[in-house]
Amino acid sequence: MMTTREGVRLALHQIRAQKLKSFFAVVGVIIGVMFLITVVSVVEGMNKYMEEDFARTIYGLNTVTVRRTPEVNFSSDPDVWRGYWRRPRLTFEDAEALRTGLGVPALVAVESFNGGNMTAETGVEVENVWLTGASVDLFRIRDLDVERGRAFTAPEDRAGVPVVVLGAEAAEKLFGALDPLGRSVRIRDIPFRVIGILKKQGTLFGMSMDNRAIAPARSAMGRLVNPRGVVDAILIRPDNAEAMDRVALDAEAVMRVRHRLRPGEANSFAIETAEESMSFWENIRRILLIAFPGLVSIALVVGGIVIMNIMLVSVVERTREIGIRKAIGARRRDITLQVLVESATLSLLGAAVGIGLGNVLAQVVRALSPLPATLSPFWMGVAALMGVSVGVIAGLYPARKAARLDPVVALRAE
Amino acid sequence: MQQAIIRTEALTKTYEMGSEKVHALRGVDLLIQPNEYVALLGPSGSGKSTFMNLIGCLDTPTAGEYWLNGTAVAGLNDDQLARIRNKEIGFVFQTFNLLPRATSLHNVELPLIYAGVPARERKERASSMLTKVGLGDRMDHKPTELSGGQRQRVAVARALINNPALLLADEPTGNLDSKTSEDIMALFNELHDGGQTILLVTHEHDIAAHAQREVTLRDGLVETDVLKGSPEATLVY
Repeated sequence: MMTTREGVRLALHQIRAQKLKSFFAVVGVIIGVMFLITVVSVVEGMNKYMEEDFARTIYGLNTVTVRRTPEVNFSSDPDVWRGYWRRPRLTFEDAEALRTGLGVPALVAVESFNGGNMTAETGVEVENVWLTGASVDLFRIRDLDVERGRAFTAPEDRAGVPVVVLGAEAAEKLFGALDPLGRSVRIRDIPFRVIGILKKQGTLFGMSMDNRAIAPARSAMGRLVNPRGVVDAILIRPDNAEAMDRVALDAEAVMRVRHRLRPGEANSFAIETAEESMSFWENIRRILLIAFPGLVSIALVVGGIVIMNIMLVSVVERTREIGIRKAIGARRRDITLQVLVESATLSLLGAAVGIGLGNVLAQVVRALSPLPATLSPFWMGVAALMGVSVGVIAGLYPARKAARLDPVVALRAE
Repeated sequence: MQQAIIRTEALTKTYEMGSEKVHALRGVDLLIQPNEYVALLGPSGSGKSTFMNLIGCLDTPTAGEYWLNGTAVAGLNDDQLARIRNKEIGFVFQTFNLLPRATSLHNVELPLIYAGVPARERKERASSMLTKVGLGDRMDHKPTELSGGQRQRVAVARALINNPALLLADEPTGNLDSKTSEDIMALFNELHDGGQTILLVTHEHDIAAHAQREVTLRDGLVETDVLKGSPEATLVY
């Protein structure tokens, strides 16, 4: 009985002998697997990114965010949107109510933002700065470290002193080599004194997080970004991470009272955590990781049919050889095994090439676009398994034909 | 009495060619004892090839019995026939029928692979068999790198590797020049002297003359069966 190892050696020999034909046989598999690996690498890269960077940056770790409308919403239902616009806006008073109404110790901060232009005292103007009016605790909640100078203080916050902390990029664009600290900037002609520069935060999906300015919410900044008294979000970060659920419930209760909602009425505000948005992403990811392999499977079916046809041709070309083998004692199962092993080896090689190319392509995507990509050994294993399976299944019919050849007839071939 | 290597009784083979029936063999009785060297002759259409295929277990008879070395072959299934071909019969063909992309060594060890012999033992047995037929220095050569005579020697080595009961040669010198043919026939004589049973199928009388006994087929039946040294003893079964 011929062993599988013999079969593999034979298969590799055969493949080397007919390189071009072998390549064309598995082109379908190569392309299918290549795209699978690329997409999966990007999706898993996104996943890592979402888990590590995105969630933390947008929502903050262990932070409950109270907003008027959900941060991420893909609903296209006009009624839903109308309902959103009818909701009351959040206010400073809401934040105060939350600060006093929570059952556990927590940091509470308001946040209001908008885009706008900023002019340095030197006359340099920067457009589209991300302007934020916020409470002093925002810095701690969002892990925003000040590199030079300082953040504003609670008294400055309460008094609404017109001071501002600049992001690294905004500071550089406005002042260049000059030291921004102590200098003045104007937003819509209202002056602010620069008291601090934030540490570089990096980019999120290719957008800079450093072209920003943060001033006390009660200062003129608050009015520059929102109508008086209105805030965009209230962030709550409990001292104890375990208390997240408790905090979310307390916050909901406080806000329901604030908005005078009756029992049974839906919330007229949104309470979100990073964890919830992660589960939203998880759903997307799950769909992607089912849809794409599914699509690739279709490509692999086509690839398998190609392999099957090439193997059939191969069997016909080697009819005499099969006759010789049978004459010297090969049984049907020996011939079957030989064909299947050749088919599976061919397909597996194609998958291996596809895996290699897929990883390369994923890195190219990562280099040329804001999308991330990460190596996924699990999916490479899945692709290899798919490769072998396609080969085995594609080889079944040719193997059957080969095994059933009449040795007398086969020996007369060619 | 020793068991006959080949014993056939009324061996019959009929083909259907469309609506026609072709009676290739019409009931052949033959007895071949161990260490006999028999030549099988006959014009085309005599049933020579058909008979050879049946003896070689490449095909099964329509009717009749065939015992190979005591085993009743007629009723065996595919796998069993394959095993017999592997163990009991050594084929030598006119066109050599070697695997073109494999070395001599690999060609010779092929029957051992199908017999499940482990690699090291295979290599040893194959190389000593190649040495025995005079090709010890050509073990890594592919058939395309060998002359006709050398290829046939490789084929003989392959045929003998499993120590078969019967060496079955079909026009072994058909593709060789006369000098090389003589070499191969000398090799066969050596093997016969060493105890091998040989059935040589040929249409050339001077090749058949190397054998001890000449059986001639005509129209699917044995016409004559002559043992050398007693030309008058024409045995017709």
